[in-house]
Amino acid sequence: MNRALRCLPLLILALAWEFISRTGLVSGSALPSLVKIGEAWWGLARDGDLWTHGAASAWRVGAGLFCAIVIGAALGIGMAWWRPADMVLGPFVEIFYPLPKSALIPVTALWLGFGDGSKILLIALGCMLPVTIGAYNGARSSDRTLVWSARSMGAGRLRVLRDVVAPSALPELLSGIRTALAISFVLLIASELIVARSGFGYLIGFLGANGTYEPMFAVVLTVAFLGFVADRLYQAFTRRVFAWRE
Amino acid sequence: MSEITIEGVRHLYKPARGKPVLALDDVSLEIAPREFIALLGPSGCGKSTLLYMIGGFLPVETGSIRVNGKKVEGPGPERGIVFQHFALFPWKTVKQNVLYGLERQALQRGEREARAQTFIDMVGLSGFEDAYPSQLSGGMKQRAAIARTLAIDPRILLMDEPFGALDAQTRHLMQDELLGIWRRSPKTVIFVTHDVQEAVYLAGRVAVMSARPGKIMDIVDIGLDKSDPDLQRSKAFADKVDQLWRLVRDEAIKAQQGRRPL
Ligand SMILES: Nc1ncnc2c1ncn2[C@@H]1O[C@H](COP(=O)(O)OP(=O)(O)OP(=O)(O)O)[C@@H](O)[C@H]1O
Ligand SMILES: [Mg+2]
Repeated sequence: MNRALRCLPLLILALAWEFISRTGLVSGSALPSLVKIGEAWWGLARDGDLWTHGAASAWRVGAGLFCAIVIGAALGIGMAWWRPADMVLGPFVEIFYPLPKSALIPVTALWLGFGDGSKILLIALGCMLPVTIGAYNGARSSDRTLVWSARSMGAGRLRVLRDVVAPSALPELLSGIRTALAISFVLLIASELIVARSGFGYLIGFLGANGTYEPMFAVVLTVAFLGFVADRLYQAFTRRVFAWRE
Repeated sequence: MSEITIEGVRHLYKPARGKPVLALDDVSLEIAPREFIALLGPSGCGKSTLLYMIGGFLPVETGSIRVNGKKVEGPGPERGIVFQHFALFPWKTVKQNVLYGLERQALQRGEREARAQTFIDMVGLSGFEDAYPSQLSGGMKQRAAIARTLAIDPRILLMDEPFGALDAQTRHLMQDELLGIWRRSPKTVIFVTHDVQEAVYLAGRVAVMSARPGKIMDIVDIGLDKSDPDLQRSKAFADKVDQLWRLVRDEAIKAQQGRRPL
């Protein structure tokens, strides 16, 4: 019941969309009917375009995010744990954090060309800092008596890092990763729209340029849906990790 | 020979923002092996700070602290501590918390488990082995923290108001349990408390601290027969409590006045 109620606004939006499109309040190409978009989607899925471009996008986002999370988390925890690392790397983090990440699109294309490499690097660079900052703040906030507690029970420095600092950093680290997840979709589509020959972003641009708006909308809605699902899955995952938090 | 020698210790907290706070000023104290000593003093007088320094968590910048003749330079498993705010690992269950210190000792897995269980049972947390700290009441957390520290059997026990969150009955049970452990195994206990009755009941000596900056104002020998079951109703007990009350009250009043602006 509750769930059905939460879907209600979406249903209303869909009905309004369909109504506007059918009555011709807005031109059919600006807002194609949902039924037609559905048919176009089916066509793309049957031809395999959706899957080949989807696979290209998935690989880019997956590999890029993986690098961002591993490097970002290691960097953040390392900076919190070891002062010299903080002093050397801290200024770089501060300078690059506010940089609009999409500005890197031409840069990474220049370095690595139009293929997967430039997208993976872009997503890795663009998503790394939110993870770093989350891990850093989380690790810095670890309760000193927890650290002392572990030390007094015979834990050495490395063990304290693993047993106390890292788990203390986890909540903020995971929320940093959620931000990174959202940024990664933005960067993926933007870079594929501009400099790519495959991927969802490329497909959207290509279909739009050809004036085939129904399949274009089909891909746009697919990307929106996938972004939503990824975020939901991620939240379910973090809830499991935090069984101890109540 | 004394086991713990504290000489002229001062501690200045230098917060990143705000004024430095002199928490301890010229504290000296000798503690004999197997002694049970209570630290009594008003809130904010530096009792926790002194315990942290003996534990080796805060650096000793002025004066010295020696344990068996050796300068304290960091934490060590021979000095176990029960923190005032428990300091349980929130991501570990009660059992995992208690096992944590034991995992760093040369014990068989089975032995570790059995030992952990013994102390969980002792503090009355049977049935809560798999609960996380967030699922426990304040008193239960406190008992879990006590079990964790007792399980590793440290020679020196530093306890920071370890029974503060317990109800009167549980508190009594835990006090007797602690006295039992102290009698059975050779341990030196430094026990911080606000509670005068508790200090007189447990300790052989009570060190009374002054309001901030903390100093040792007085050391009172209790000299009561702790095995007497009627101890708490005896005249001698009441007299000691009275004597300490007077000392503590004057300091508490000073601490209050110190806090008042102008
Ligand atoms: N991390 C800190 N930074 C700055 N000042 C501190 C810090 N910790 C404690 N202090 C100050 O040092 C003084 C002594 O603190 P401490 O915690 O040792 O008191 P306490 O005797 O244990 O008090 P209570 O009985 O309330 O636990 C306090 O007045 C407090 O303001
Ligand atoms: Mg205290």
